[in-house]
Amino acid sequence: MKFGIKEVVAAGIGTALFVALTQVQIPLGFIPNTALQPRAALLVFISAVFGPIVGGIVGFLGHALGDAFFYGSVWWSWVVPEAVVGILVGIFANKFAIKEGGFSGKNIVFFNVIQVIGNALAWILCAPILDIVIYAEPANKVFLQGIWAFIGNIIIAGVLGSILAYAYSEISGKSSSLEKED
Amino acid sequence: MEPIISFSNFTFKYRTQVEPTLYDINLNIYPGEKVLIIGPSGSGKSTLAHCINGLVPFSYSGDITGEYSICGKDPKKMDIFGLSQMVGTVLQDTDGQFIGLTVAEDIAFALENDCVPGEEMKRKVDEVADTVHAKELLLNSPFALSGGQKQRVSMAGVLVDDVDILLFDEPLANLDPATGKTAIALIDEIHKTQKKTVLIIEHRLEDALYRDVDRIILVSEGRIVCDAKPDELLAGDLLREHGIREPLYVTALKHAGCTVTEDSHPAHIETLYTDLYKEKVKAWFESVSLPEKKPSSEEILSVSRLGFSYAPDKPVLKDVSFAIRRGEMTAIVGKNGAGKTTLSNLICGFLKPDAGEIFLEGKDITPLSVKERGEVVGLVMQNPNQMISKPMIYDEVALGLSVRGFPEEEIKERVYRVLKICGLYQFRNWPVGALSFGQKKRVTIASILVMDPKVIILDEPTAGQDYRHYTEIMEFLKYLNEGQGITILMITHDMHLMLEYTDRAIVLADGELLCDDKPARVLTDEALAQRAYLKKTSLYELADKCDIADPVMFTERFIYYERENHHGTSVNL
Amino acid sequence: MGRVLTYEEKDTWMHRLCGVTKFVFFLLWSMTSMMTYDTRILLVMVVLSIILYRTSRTRWRQVGAVFKFILLFLTINLIAIFFFSPGQGTKIYGTDTPLFHVVGPYVMNAEQLFYEFNVFLKYMTVVPAVFIFIVTTNPSEFAASLNRVGISYKFGYAFAIALRYIPDVQDDFRTIRNAQEARGIEMSKKAKLSSRIKNMAAIIFPLVFSSMDRIDVVSNAMELRGFGKNKKRTWYMARELKPLDYTVIIVTALASAVALFITYHDGNRFYNPFV
Repeated sequence: MKFGIKEVVAAGIGTALFVALTQVQIPLGFIPNTALQPRAALLVFISAVFGPIVGGIVGFLGHALGDAFFYGSVWWSWVVPEAVVGILVGIFANKFAIKEGGFSGKNIVFFNVIQVIGNALAWILCAPILDIVIYAEPANKVFLQGIWAFIGNIIIAGVLGSILAYAYSEISGKSSSLEKED
Repeated sequence: MEPIISFSNFTFKYRTQVEPTLYDINLNIYPGEKVLIIGPSGSGKSTLAHCINGLVPFSYSGDITGEYSICGKDPKKMDIFGLSQMVGTVLQDTDGQFIGLTVAEDIAFALENDCVPGEEMKRKVDEVADTVHAKELLLNSPFALSGGQKQRVSMAGVLVDDVDILLFDEPLANLDPATGKTAIALIDEIHKTQKKTVLIIEHRLEDALYRDVDRIILVSEGRIVCDAKPDELLAGDLLREHGIREPLYVTALKHAGCTVTEDSHPAHIETLYTDLYKEKVKAWFESVSLPEKKPSSEEILSVSRLGFSYAPDKPVLKDVSFAIRRGEMTAIVGKNGAGKTTLSNLICGFLKPDAGEIFLEGKDITPLSVKERGEVVGLVMQNPNQMISKPMIYDEVALGLSVRGFPEEEIKERVYRVLKICGLYQFRNWPVGALSFGQKKRVTIASILVMDPKVIILDEPTAGQDYRHYTEIMEFLKYLNEGQGITILMITHDMHLMLEYTDRAIVLADGELLCDDKPARVLTDEALAQRAYLKKTSLYELADKCDIADPVMFTERFIYYERENHHGTSVNL
Repeated sequence: MGRVLTYEEKDTWMHRLCGVTKFVFFLLWSMTSMMTYDTRILLVMVVLSIILYRTSRTRWRQVGAVFKFILLFLTINLIAIFFFSPGQGTKIYGTDTPLFHVVGPYVMNAEQLFYEFNVFLKYMTVVPAVFIFIVTTNPSEFAASLNRVGISYKFGYAFAIALRYIPDVQDDFRTIRNAQEARGIEMSKKAKLSSRIKNMAAIIFPLVFSSMDRIDVVSNAMELRGFGKNKKRTWYMARELKPLDYTVIIVTALASAVALFITYHDGNRFYNPFV
């Protein structure tokens, strides 16, 4: 696991993107005042390209800074799970082969399996437990919140995250085999 | 004297490519020299620069054959950090190069990495900031700086390392003409006072030659095709052959049938010895006649008393009114922050005006949504990477039609037609990533054209393009304008572009409309050019030197002649 | 972007403190506030943080909008807690003292009201601390100070780059959204969810992919200027720790220890006025 210059910059700019997207939401429509968060897709994409350290930093720092700048408080119980998602997806970065242009078929499925597991660990397990430990909040409330966040995040990460990774893979791979057509 | 940079029989091939990018380079650069490296895009000039600063082979790997040395050392046996102690690089993208949160931190960056202690660091930063005239900026953040200021900070950031060689990668690319002039002057000042070896990579030759250089190295298709003094190179025909634009006054001399000689010192208009050419130039001036002007047709887009501000006491745009007629090609010019982008944002509906109205074909478009306006007014952004949202070229161009629900067949037909117009048809099934910057630009133009807008607004359409691609894009826009009747509005600070291709220039300065006139008139008016951060064209001075009484007319005739005789490259359909 | 917290240069003793001092304070403070549920300590912390907020000479306009948002969020959260678990207070404090009937089966008792008051206090201890930290700490100096507390400078620099490029990225986002909207991509609520996601993709692609290019440019620029050359690096914005800094760190550490001792000495983190 390398943390060289490129990874430092990727972590920094990835975090900037995550923070900038904090207030960008896709309203669900059928349930009022609920929204999907595109930044969850960004996180899995960045992690899948740059690995667990970058993913962990972007999740942790991005969530903490986003909370602090826009909401004036840091909810550590939700910051940590964000990092968990980044790290878990990042561990398998090499397997996804996004940069090498090999992100298709089996890899897309695998990517989504990992992203669902990561999000489940983070939002159904990690976040509610921390909420209970830190804030002594009622268990049924925090688990429902967690499941809700889990569903939203796997949808957006599954759709938008997969499209992002696929498109990036298309763009960065296979440039030598192209031929002009008349 | 030992050369400071030396290449012999040097060949380089990127690992990801089949053919070498540089072939058989033989080049010696001596300490204290100032050398200009020119060449069209894709010629290998940037790769040559990367070989000097160590990005090749340390960041971009590949195969090297032959020998080279920097400061007497073999770079292959060093690392990029060792090289960065000898070669300081100022990148073209000043936003990317500006890493610090403030000017002072950015300048200090290299020192921080060298573990220089606090006090010494502060002293050195102050010293270097002084050299590039940026001392009053030290505490500013990058957002508060203009392009020219950012570039000065970048220069300071490499000077602080006390390197021997300074490498400027297209320093003029993002600057308006007046700021570009200042930048070249500053580079010259640094060269003289700091006794550095200076390498400038540029394709804007006339602007780069604003101050003397010792030699010009012309790179084309991976080879050095010429290594000569500026006067010698300008006297020959190599530049045109290799797709580099000559200074306008040199082109004018050649049009007039003069044989430009080395001893007439054509490197600068100021030093040009015109006695030999005077009569021929005069005769040519008399012989060219301008055609009758087209009768003006109806107004297509007009704005009336437009005003906008973000904060109540700081107007960005004040009381701007003008009317564009159908089929015109107009330039909106002015320095950064003059209100050009705000104006186009208002026309496209991204911003709501505080005062005034916008009419399209006589109808007030203020109530229209952004999407509705997008069907009649198309906007092409400066950076194509900020527009392209599909991995495949075909899909990208089709996007505007498919979101509007056009039938598949019609989409295909229109996309293919536009791709052919834009010379992209061969690449229709390629991923966008495989294209060059210029080709991507054409993809974005195609993706707007496909919607058949009545007016197209282009933000810096030729930024970062070499002469060949510039000509290609502009001829293409001219074809759209003349052949398809599309009205074109361009936001630019490229003076050649406005001179050669536009009928009108709307000059903005500090949010006000300063002037609305023929480009030839704008660029021959010293005071006006200065206020708009433009530069008076060298044609004016040539006319002056040749005792031609009407420099504006001279400029207009030159442009007309140039258009008729040298841009005959028709667009193939 | 109306409601965003940002650093503002002023001359108060709090501005003059090292970033590292404020960071240590912030960490210990939020840790204590996370661990304790002792009402007396929470009350002292709230009072203290209001005093600190006062001396930092922070203006209401700097934080007002964000504060209103937090109050709104907090109110919703407190109501949600009640409806999800009206017996949470009884579970914690062991007694049940009904106060009034709310709706349906929901009855508010004194324990629940007290518990939720504690939740409210817990937030209120952290909010001023975050405000003070953000508005009085120069971000560059803070990045420099991360290195001081043993965090790798590479991480510190990733943080600095994030701060450096947040405004750029926000700007890019706006520009791209505008241009795509003009091409016909709308974020209208009328569209189907799937097409809304697709439309969002059309904005996020160019943003992310041009950022990927930027990663290359920035890392080249940093490499060419010697980043990562040594195991250590110095920081232009770093400040020396002064006696005041040491005092603040020691006082904070002691106070946290005392607070945690008081909280946990009877084996329960809750202060119970009901028995």
